[in-house]
Amino acid sequence: MEDIEHIEKEMKLIDENGVRLDGRKFDQLRPIRIEAGVLKRADGSAYIEWGGNKVLAAVYGPREAHPRHIQDPARALVQCRYNMAPFSVSDRKRPGPDRRSVEISKVISEAFSSVVFKEQFPRTSVDIFIEVLQADAGTRCAGLTAASVALADAGVPMRDLVAACASGKIGGVVCLDLNKEEDNFGDADCPMAVVHGTGEIVLLQMDGHLTFDEFQKAMELSLGAADRLFELQRDALRRRYSVTLEEILRESPPPVAPPPEPEDRDFAPVEEPGPQDEAPPRDEDFGPEGI
Amino acid sequence: MEERGAALRQIVIPGEAVGGPGLKPGPGTFKSGDQILAAQLGVRTEHEGRVSIIPLNGRYIPQRGDAVVGEVTDLGPSHWLVDINAPYPAPLHATESPWRVEFGDTGRYLKVGDAILAFVLSVDEIKRIQLTMQDRDARKLNGGMLMEIAPTKVPRLIGKQGSMITMVKELTQTRIYVGQNGRIWIDGPEQGAAAAVRAIHFIEERAQAIGLTEAVRDLLEKETRGTGVSS
Amino acid sequence: MSEEIVSDLMRAHIYRLAQRGERVDGRGLDEPRKLTVERRYVGTAEGSARAKLGNTDVLVGIKMSTGEPYPDTPDTGVLSTSLELVPMASPTFEAGPPRPEAIEIARVVDRGIRESKMVNVEKLCIKPKEKVWILFIDIHVLDYDGNLFDVGSYGATAALASTIVPAKAQGLGEDFPLPVEHWPVSVTFAKIKDLILLDPDLDEERMAEARLTVTTDENGDIRAMQKGLSGSFSFDEVKRCIETSQKVGRQIRPILQGS
Repeated sequence: MEDIEHIEKEMKLIDENGVRLDGRKFDQLRPIRIEAGVLKRADGSAYIEWGGNKVLAAVYGPREAHPRHIQDPARALVQCRYNMAPFSVSDRKRPGPDRRSVEISKVISEAFSSVVFKEQFPRTSVDIFIEVLQADAGTRCAGLTAASVALADAGVPMRDLVAACASGKIGGVVCLDLNKEEDNFGDADCPMAVVHGTGEIVLLQMDGHLTFDEFQKAMELSLGAADRLFELQRDALRRRYSVTLEEILRESPPPVAPPPEPEDRDFAPVEEPGPQDEAPPRDEDFGPEGI
Repeated sequence: MEERGAALRQIVIPGEAVGGPGLKPGPGTFKSGDQILAAQLGVRTEHEGRVSIIPLNGRYIPQRGDAVVGEVTDLGPSHWLVDINAPYPAPLHATESPWRVEFGDTGRYLKVGDAILAFVLSVDEIKRIQLTMQDRDARKLNGGMLMEIAPTKVPRLIGKQGSMITMVKELTQTRIYVGQNGRIWIDGPEQGAAAAVRAIHFIEERAQAIGLTEAVRDLLEKETRGTGVSS
Repeated sequence: MSEEIVSDLMRAHIYRLAQRGERVDGRGLDEPRKLTVERRYVGTAEGSARAKLGNTDVLVGIKMSTGEPYPDTPDTGVLSTSLELVPMASPTFEAGPPRPEAIEIARVVDRGIRESKMVNVEKLCIKPKEKVWILFIDIHVLDYDGNLFDVGSYGATAALASTIVPAKAQGLGEDFPLPVEHWPVSVTFAKIKDLILLDPDLDEERMAEARLTVTTDENGDIRAMQKGLSGSFSFDEVKRCIETSQKVGRQIRPILQGS
């Protein structure tokens, strides 16, 4: 609930035909567009427009974790900072984290912590930054969905993409993806983040009033939406890199039989010790280049 | 359009299935049940029963034997600390340098701000890195200039058996060291060096394009025509 | 390159090039990077603009509300400028309260706007001593490649020029465009040894011994100046910088005005 607005009169958020104030049906998402690789400095980035939301996500890492005492000797930390720009809401928000931002940062960090291959990078941190430039309810879901793309764009090894969507209840009807008015005047809001391939829920919050059945309906709506979000995420990543397989393979040739010669070492696989099943093996060496 | 569509389909994203039983998981992949899934955004490749992902982006992860171009950021009485654009600090111990360094005398040989070509001596189980300059190719870099590309583009820049980078060096008459960490040192006549920089950026941006080698050759021949730099 | 330091090798290279009047990205010493401005970027703000100068990218939002005037200026509106070094913009930006660098940039941008009387704050008085318009200029840095003084100022100017005062929501009549009467343009120089480079990029900024920002208006008159860092300028150098600011200001002003 970004803004507390003054309730002026009875507002009919959804009419008898199941049409909402912005014309949507109960199970329709607002228009969404995602673009990957929009910033130069960050290791990975993505921009999302979701209804009236405009959110930028960026990733640095893995990089050395600072200060030293927070480093985990066995794995990478996954730290997200969610922040709203002062001009992103109707009533200017003072710069700096407030308690709401701190909480959202924490739950998003935890969501990504579940999919990043942390054990590959001990003592480092994967830093995720989410900046809300314009807010229209559902910013944490928009931010998380964009951040997932930013992580993939940065090449951070992870087991899957994550997408998030909120469902809620307005006028007694369970609906997908509440906008600002619906969030402010509705009866419940339940943001959820899902790991694409497995359907695991890695973020779940709820406020308001829902019966068990209503919650189930809300969850189904959000899970369905996550599938559609995944397609947008995948398309954004593919668009960023238009490629031909042939050319990649031609210039990065297939491996020769091990052990590789230093002089003309190609893309040679090296038998990696250690668990192959849990974590992805590391990339091979392409050989030094001298005079 | 058709071809481009087919090409776009070849990019795999984290979590996407890239192989089943009968294939071994290579770099950039992981096993999930009896399926092999991609762990990074990249292009799927298969060789001799092993499926791997060539990542399109990613931080530099040091491997033993890598040549790296680094900058000295700090020093102590018996070592220097080198920034090699990795997630971890890279110390170079005085005993791994090409000089006989007395205790406390490290500043005489390398100071903060110096650039070096070094090699990764070791990476242990908890990713602690050690560098070495005890290699005939290692050296302090003087003159010239530095630039940086994404580490995942380095193989593309080097090319099959060094073909791409050799072409760039010959057409621009420059010396070039490409570190596995994406840092590159270029030295030569100003025109040639500037042309080499442009060619390298060109390669980085179009790493996945068709006909890149020919395009780079064209670019360099145009750039170096009539400037006295010839192949 | 390295996140904090510029190697000696690169310092030498940048200086060598500059001695020949050239820079690493091919510009001349007095040449600014390409500037693009996108107005009305954010609908929740009364005015906004996204400005990119080379690879430095900022989003500026203007928010307006009403409140009490400052006691010493009872019948003029209030201007407040702040700048956030958003951590995503650079690996060297950390979350936390504004650093002195961020505060300095915000204050210099503010000075250029205020002293040029770009916004006629006398027209922002609603009821003297009681109620005036308060105007917040928030500069949100998204991508950092040097010279926030100039791009912050350009973003703020373009945002102000497209601001609509939300009078209706305050029950004060119809909305109206913010009265903009002058056009300050900020131009920043970096001094490296004996050479002066206009619109420094990241490496040039990190190497600079001294920095000078000159803000001129559409008549070429000086409205704000700020010298920074621990080096110095000669009087002749300062004069040359002012002249160059006037000239470059004339090239940049139309882009900010939206023509």
